[in-house]
Amino acid sequence: MSGSARVLSVAVEAIPRHEAQAWRGVLEGKLKAGRRLVTLFGRRAGDAVTVTAVHQGDDGELGAERTVLDAAHGTHELTSELPALHCFERELHEQTGVRIAGHPWLKPIRFEGQPQAQMNAYPFYSVEGKEVHEVAVGPIHAGVIEPGSFRFMCLGEMVHHLEIHLGYQHRGVEALLLAREPSKLWHLVQTIAGDSTVAHGWAHASALEALAGVDVGPKVDVGRAFALELERVAMHLAGLAGLAADVGALQAGTTYGRLRTTAINTLMRLCGSRFGRGAVRPLGSGLSDSKELVALAKENLALLAKDARQIDAHFLDASLVRRRLSGVGTVTTAQAKELGLVGHAARASGVALDGRQKLREGAYHARPIEAVVQGSGDCLARGAQRIKEIGASLTWLRATLEGEVAWSAPRASLPRLAKKTLVVSMVEGWRGEVVHALETGEQGELVHAKVQDPSLRNWMGLAQAVRGNEISDFPICNKSFDLSYCGNDL
Amino acid sequence: MSLLSALAVRASQGTQFIKDLRAASPQGFVGLPRITDAACPSGCAACTEVCPTQALTLNPVTLDLGRCVFCTECVPACPEQKLSFSTEPKLSATSREALFVRAGGEAALRVKASATFQKLFGRSLKLRQVSAGGCNACELELNAAVNVNFDVQRYGIEWVASPRHADALVLTGPLSQGMREAVRLAWDAMPEPRFLVAVGACAISGGLYEGARAVERSFLSEVGPALYVPGCPPHPLTFVNALLDFVGAG
Repeated sequence: MSGSARVLSVAVEAIPRHEAQAWRGVLEGKLKAGRRLVTLFGRRAGDAVTVTAVHQGDDGELGAERTVLDAAHGTHELTSELPALHCFERELHEQTGVRIAGHPWLKPIRFEGQPQAQMNAYPFYSVEGKEVHEVAVGPIHAGVIEPGSFRFMCLGEMVHHLEIHLGYQHRGVEALLLAREPSKLWHLVQTIAGDSTVAHGWAHASALEALAGVDVGPKVDVGRAFALELERVAMHLAGLAGLAADVGALQAGTTYGRLRTTAINTLMRLCGSRFGRGAVRPLGSGLSDSKELVALAKENLALLAKDARQIDAHFLDASLVRRRLSGVGTVTTAQAKELGLVGHAARASGVALDGRQKLREGAYHARPIEAVVQGSGDCLARGAQRIKEIGASLTWLRATLEGEVAWSAPRASLPRLAKKTLVVSMVEGWRGEVVHALETGEQGELVHAKVQDPSLRNWMGLAQAVRGNEISDFPICNKSFDLSYCGNDL
Repeated sequence: MSLLSALAVRASQGTQFIKDLRAASPQGFVGLPRITDAACPSGCAACTEVCPTQALTLNPVTLDLGRCVFCTECVPACPEQKLSFSTEPKLSATSREALFVRAGGEAALRVKASATFQKLFGRSLKLRQVSAGGCNACELELNAAVNVNFDVQRYGIEWVASPRHADALVLTGPLSQGMREAVRLAWDAMPEPRFLVAVGACAISGGLYEGARAVERSFLSEVGPALYVPGCPPHPLTFVNALLDFVGAG
């Protein structure tokens, strides 16, 4: 009933509920038995903090667990055992104030609320020694780019550690989602990370539709996947344009840039926005399927496929590119798994994690998309990963247009939402899995809205990647991950 | 990087730049709204009810481009079909009031050229961009202004890394509290004369983030923007034409 987004919909009463003392053991048991943590979040009422963990098995199916912790007593940390949990425990502590005993690094993820004003006073790690020096960058960077602060601790030119300091972009998205009418939230959701408009829009729409008991049907589902793949092509091209420019491959930089223009202009013809705003609308679709526009999209995609092939070969064959990118910013498979990396960055490190695979229904089930995984985990692998993902998406997009295209659908009005229900919805955006969770209360009102951009998990991957590299390697490492600041800061 | 493949790539590239940025109208773009003078049915407020940013007000129907996110939800909502959007990208204004569009008011000249800035910056305008809660859509479109398609450098307009080298500060985002100090530092570091450009619904009015507790907009009331560039995000042509109209280059 949920199409290509992976959705868990469960009555709150049916979520396995664990005693506070048993919580840590339950979670550790699940995760050490091979399940993967998808998200973990909490909300506070008085001293009681309701904590929800969502996990996934190898078959892709989702499960949820819940406990209620006393804020002052809390729980013991799991990050030392399972480093991938670091961001979730930090966020849980930041958002609810629950005690996480023994946590090695409870640094706020985004300095929500009052601490925003003091974020410049936060003490970074400091390294001492004869050859040691520190480089501070940000929050305003040298280009037209979002703000964030980086502190490099260096031994000579070599980066010993990078501490990433985010939160400057915090706009209070989650609080706003609870303050506004559910039928109108999608406008705001499209701006959580503007470069992932379709991914966030779809994850939200699926969650809301599950709560409303609405199935938009396979045709609309194909349209959403079409918009998502076009967004992936466009943003991978944008990333490659930046990566090429940063290594001095200027012809590739401008070529990838102009191909992105073709991709986003195609999206604009179909929905009125170069960023896919309005393409996914809860309970409907804003994507046109007129014959004329579909013919135009076919033509544009054919051009993209042809010209991308040409520039890809030119780019990847260049010794300038290979020498500059290979062996730089390496994240091994073991590190990627340990840190819980997701998306193209994880796949470039050999982790076969892709939310478009193993689905039992929907557009990617009807027409599978090629799974791309590399192994070396360096900047070259991440660049090549994105190149190959563009190829896989273009093949899928073109094949889809050869079939029946009828994905436009007027928006229906939003029925009452199911009462006391938790819905978790996942969409594989171009950066990785976008996770939205909505929970309703006694009257079907929203009581919790959780948003998770893949950047939350992958920023630590960047910090890991630059260790032991030269500080001058940072720009290409950063570009190869291409993470979102506002997606992290919310 | 063989010479032959470089030449082949060059041949495929062809001519990409838009020859006349002033006359270009992007196909499929949701741009300047048109409001007819048909009378509203008695008591009808359908358009204001579907608007996510309170951009519409009634008596007479008025659309505030500074709040509009161009979602077009109001178009099918109106029983009189009073509202439509053209592909016209010239949407900017030099005053907040000039962003209000009413029936018959579409053709109003909204950007008034500045003689002072024209003389100073008409052939060389350096811009420093700061995102303060921007979602990276505005930022990507601003970056696109210097790509091979729009190529705004042809008018001497360029992004610079340091505010010390900048003539104008181009602000995006609703102004997150976390960026308050940094935005102020960037502005104070800029030599005079200088001006402020507010890009996107978020920067102009707070947009979808209006009233959010994490947003702190006092900088904008202290330093009024000289130029407002509407959109969510604005098209590069909207931005480029605003600058050209304002400093009178090209």
